[in-house]
Amino acid sequence: MTKKTVFAGFGGQGVLMMGYVYAVSAMRDGKEVTYLPSYGAEVRGGTANCTVVVSDEEIFSPVASAPDYAVIMNRPSLNRYEGMIKKDGIIVLNSSLVDRDPSRDDLDVVRVPANDIARKLGSDRTINMIMLGAFVTKTGITTLESIMNGLTEIVKGKKASVMKLNRKGLDMGAEYALKK
Amino acid sequence: MTEKQLMRGSHVIGEAAVRAGCRLYAGYPITPQNELTEYMSGAMARLEDGTFIQAESELAAINMVLGASMAGARAMTSSSSPGISLKQEGISYLAAQELPAVIVNTMRGGPGLGNIAPSQGDYFQATRGGGHGDYRVIVLAPASVQELADLTRKAFEYADKYRTPAMLLGDGMIGQMMEPVVFPEPVDLNKLPPKPWILDGAIGRPSRIILSLLLDTTVEEEHNWKLVRKYESIARDITSAETFMTEDAHLVVIAYGTAARIAKGAIKRVREIGLKVGLLRPVTLWPFPKRVLIEMSRQIKDFLVFEMSTGQMLEDVKLSLEGRSNIHFYGRPGGIVSTPDEIAKEINSLYHRQHLEED
Repeated sequence: MTKKTVFAGFGGQGVLMMGYVYAVSAMRDGKEVTYLPSYGAEVRGGTANCTVVVSDEEIFSPVASAPDYAVIMNRPSLNRYEGMIKKDGIIVLNSSLVDRDPSRDDLDVVRVPANDIARKLGSDRTINMIMLGAFVTKTGITTLESIMNGLTEIVKGKKASVMKLNRKGLDMGAEYALKK
Repeated sequence: MTEKQLMRGSHVIGEAAVRAGCRLYAGYPITPQNELTEYMSGAMARLEDGTFIQAESELAAINMVLGASMAGARAMTSSSSPGISLKQEGISYLAAQELPAVIVNTMRGGPGLGNIAPSQGDYFQATRGGGHGDYRVIVLAPASVQELADLTRKAFEYADKYRTPAMLLGDGMIGQMMEPVVFPEPVDLNKLPPKPWILDGAIGRPSRIILSLLLDTTVEEEHNWKLVRKYESIARDITSAETFMTEDAHLVVIAYGTAARIAKGAIKRVREIGLKVGLLRPVTLWPFPKRVLIEMSRQIKDFLVFEMSTGQMLEDVKLSLEGRSNIHFYGRPGGIVSTPDEIAKEINSLYHRQHLEED
């Protein structure tokens, strides 16, 4: 099993953090992982994306020319990645900001109004965890527990209230993945 | 050994250097390797005896490394392609004065200022000496983040053992990528072999002189032959390469660093459709694993060299094989990273063109 995922959005949405938490969690699950951030002459507020590969065996290419999954945080990212995703792939969409549906009909689409949920939770900074909760639950590639463990390892020292908020975000995102 | 952790390639070089006993880092910023300079600024500050210098230029940085090395410290500098060009004068002096040092080149697209995307266009510069004069530089080519840690340690060991500069040749991809890594234990600086040649104050002993100006041509000639004897022993001792699925192969791809990983992905794909293809990945680019290649050419009649350049290692393959096998080439220069699918297609068409399925 080798699964390649693209996380894409704009700077400030926690896109790189989301991919990093996922990669660390999968590594602790005992998987092989690679995490490749986009880099370039970036600007504040510009695009941000990363590719995470999770596998049971040695990973050769950290690049995904045809990702199995995509977590899409804004409309420009949908435009860019929709055509690349593997046939019958899964796409998790931030429906608060993406105002159109994918034009391909083979994709399994999960719509998560992440910004709206985050506002209800009282912190815009949880949108990445909301999306990650939906992604993990939909794909089953790791568990919410692993993600929480990974997150705890990465942000060690953060207040319990922040961790609680993240947990809530993960759970609410997960609910959307279970809806049909 | 430490616990497994997920780390960025550039940071891994930094941590591995500190653990290898690096106590002076001097560098000048350039993308895509600034994360290494950033890491060293923090790491050196945390050490009691560490020195970090953001130099005023690449030229200054390499000469600071030269000075630290003369004084006995394990020292490192890093840059990306255009910056490495600027360091060449210093590297030539390091080689001439037989001073150990580690130089990291995170290659980007070129020539000139080029771009900041991953490339392998500096192979000639790295393996042919790069600066002026008759000398060689040890060149190590990591293909994974774990190997970055392992080869950084080795670069310091080789540099000290042979009193010569060693280069770690990576690219923007491996520098930016994160993978799991386990570090070796830090070296105990007090347990390293003494360096009876360093300039650390001549109180109570005769003075020592380190220089590269040898006006007497017979002395310079003898110095050159001495270096050659050293390079021959390096070639005997440290040459290294990885082979992958070569046992039954009819075609072997030769690639290093990031290109080797892409090639492996391609080989996995073509194996699924029954093509017998393997990989030879040089880990040391200089010394080049010539003997492995010659040995392989007894069975393998077709080699495909794949590089993220217009064909540089290709020349070492040709020099090694001296007409023993057919040598084919595929390359993408300028910062383009081929996909495994692209290489798989290339392998597939070559395989059939050469009728390798009939063997």
